[in-house]
Amino acid sequence: MNSEYKLLIGAMVTLALATSALVVVPHLQVSQVQPPEGLEPYTSAELRGRQQYIAQGCVYCHSQQPRSQAQAPDFQRGWGRASVAGDYYYDKPHLLGTMRTGPDLLNIGARQPSVDWQLGHLYQPRAYTPGSNMPAYPYLFETKDKAEEGDTVVNLPPGYAPEGKVVVAKPEAMDLVSYLLALDRTYPITPDYGVVRD
Amino acid sequence: MLHGLFHIYRLGIIVNTVTVLLLAFILSVTGLFVFIWSLRWRLFDPHPNAAKTIFSEGEVGQVDEPSATPQQLQALQDEMGHQAPLDAAGQRTLSQELAERIQADRSSALVAFLFLSCSVAWLVVGSIAGLISSYKLHSPDFLVNDAWLTFGRMRTLHLNIIAYGWAPMAAFGIAVWMLPRLLKTKLMGGRFAILGGMLWNAGLIAGLGSIAVGISDGMEWLEMPWQVDLLLVAGGALAALPLVFTLQNRRVEHLYVSIWYMGAALFWFPVLFLVGNMPAIHIGVEQATMNWWYGHNVLGLFYTPMALAAVYYFLPKIIGKPIVSYNLSLLGFWGLAFFYGQVGGHHLIGGPVPGWMITLSIVQSMMMIIPVLAFSINQHLTLSGHFRSLLHSPTLRFIVLGGMMYTVSSVQGSFQALRSINTVAHFTHFTVAHAHIGLYGFFTLVMFGAIYYVMPRVLAWEWPYPKLISWHFWLVLIGFAVYAIGLSIGGWLQGLYMLDVSRPFMDSVNVTIPYLQSRTVGGALMTLGHLVFAFHFIAMALRHGRRVGPALFHEDKVGVQAAGAQSL
Repeated sequence: MNSEYKLLIGAMVTLALATSALVVVPHLQVSQVQPPEGLEPYTSAELRGRQQYIAQGCVYCHSQQPRSQAQAPDFQRGWGRASVAGDYYYDKPHLLGTMRTGPDLLNIGARQPSVDWQLGHLYQPRAYTPGSNMPAYPYLFETKDKAEEGDTVVNLPPGYAPEGKVVVAKPEAMDLVSYLLALDRTYPITPDYGVVRD
Repeated sequence: MLHGLFHIYRLGIIVNTVTVLLLAFILSVTGLFVFIWSLRWRLFDPHPNAAKTIFSEGEVGQVDEPSATPQQLQALQDEMGHQAPLDAAGQRTLSQELAERIQADRSSALVAFLFLSCSVAWLVVGSIAGLISSYKLHSPDFLVNDAWLTFGRMRTLHLNIIAYGWAPMAAFGIAVWMLPRLLKTKLMGGRFAILGGMLWNAGLIAGLGSIAVGISDGMEWLEMPWQVDLLLVAGGALAALPLVFTLQNRRVEHLYVSIWYMGAALFWFPVLFLVGNMPAIHIGVEQATMNWWYGHNVLGLFYTPMALAAVYYFLPKIIGKPIVSYNLSLLGFWGLAFFYGQVGGHHLIGGPVPGWMITLSIVQSMMMIIPVLAFSINQHLTLSGHFRSLLHSPTLRFIVLGGMMYTVSSVQGSFQALRSINTVAHFTHFTVAHAHIGLYGFFTLVMFGAIYYVMPRVLAWEWPYPKLISWHFWLVLIGFAVYAIGLSIGGWLQGLYMLDVSRPFMDSVNVTIPYLQSRTVGGALMTLGHLVFAFHFIAMALRHGRRVGPALFHEDKVGVQAAGAQSL
């Protein structure tokens, strides 16, 4: 071919086709999706926690998109029903994830609603799940000689707290846990609801 | 009232389905018209001489391998056969054209050198970040006291350093060097590229700093804050200017296939980057479809065509033999342009996104087999009967192996998009292995080969320690084999265990641990290879060893780099 203009026009046409198929038309379709009954907007603490989830990079090991029972045993593992587009109405940015080094977390708030468990697990995952390869997050906590007023002390299993000290959650850890507890999409999706999913 | 609203809403869904079907129809018809149009305008140009445009008069049959020792070069020429010597007139034309090529090389030398130096630096930093991440995945209590060293950030730093540091710097350095040769003119506007490269690197450093302190836009491949992305947009646009200026000054009629791939890629990437990073436009799960439209197209419409452009230039050039089927290479180009852009949805199979889009992406993923085979057959036929040349040419080894990895990773990717296979491979380390077969096995190996070819011309200097090229090759080859094979097996088992409801989830973690450890071993060997490469690169830049030997065509030209700097 001898003309760079034809080359560039051709190249741009193919990209435009791809962009309409994967970005523009999905945008039109998703813009009609309404939040399901039972889905609440995030509170400001939960949104701060969501930023922590992003900052620590949780998404690189945890998906938030249980698959259908026809495809995989996600439901039997307690990860919840197959999610639909409306479940993510308030999610910005999306955190669907593409990796399950750890389990799916879309319903972790329903599965593990204990603040103590969540905090302790962030401080040292192996205290609760032997063999887990999740990083420990000691920098989200402080160790003190004794707790002060207003501190949230983490109740760790024996042997996991530093000798003679108490472990106190930093605000970042508290925010993150409030986000994790907000991950609860167990409300039902009625057949009347316009379901968008693969 | 509520019932009425609901009715309207359901009507909306039906209308929507019709719209989608209609759009799908328009999409196919448009595709058909584009195809007819391309035939009408002879985009599949059947001119048999087109494949020879990268050769001068009498150059076909002449091997060209700047990184080879004189013995290797001799063996390579013996392998490819000897040509009858040119007559006097032919000799004159050839020396005239070679003199012009030296001018072309001089004009790009400084720009290429700067970009390639940056790429090597990012490669080393990125490898170390990758190695730390890999180690953390089986030793999770390693380096946990600082936030910036946590797995979620270190892994993201690794990806961004490689994706926006090593890969584009290397691809651009090679492209800017090939441009004047392919267009038979001097590089125009090199100073814009240098300014662009500086802005790009400044933006990248700011972006990496943001990720390290936990400021991130939150989407894979799009983590750098959009405010920082503006620097990369400006830098990228400036760096692409030489392409436009040089094209306007070209002295060739026909645009060789490498120019197609490079030209299209350099225009595709800014569109991808801009749309992907646009704040406040994307909504709900559409963010996810956009995310993977972007994520896959950076690979498919930027790195892949840049590396293919390099293969289509260096492979025939080294063995002195034009590619066998030029038309096949053009079919490959338009096939890639059309199909690759639409495959991104296969990252969301079984997810909460429109099902029609997933199906479209699966179909186009399978269609990708066409352009991939077009390339593979071409490479195979061109080398056919001369595979021994790989023994004699250090550059060719990297490039041909890289080309083969393109076939492997692409065919693997096509099948991985099928629902049955995806159900196992999705959400596992198998996908990570696949990504590395593409970006490392294919792209990175091709770039290594290209850099070995280009640098002696850029600096007018021989690679000081030819043995180190072999060390580099074998270290990264063995390291990569350990990495990819181990992680693929581990990832597949992980997927099977996760689907087996009788097994607890932790089984799918435990089964991967030995394979994650083997990945660290493989990654360490690769990193070691990169250190050897970087050492060699620096030694060459510091003028260890000697000026180019008699095997090279511009042996007696002095101060090529200085002249290159002046011509900017």
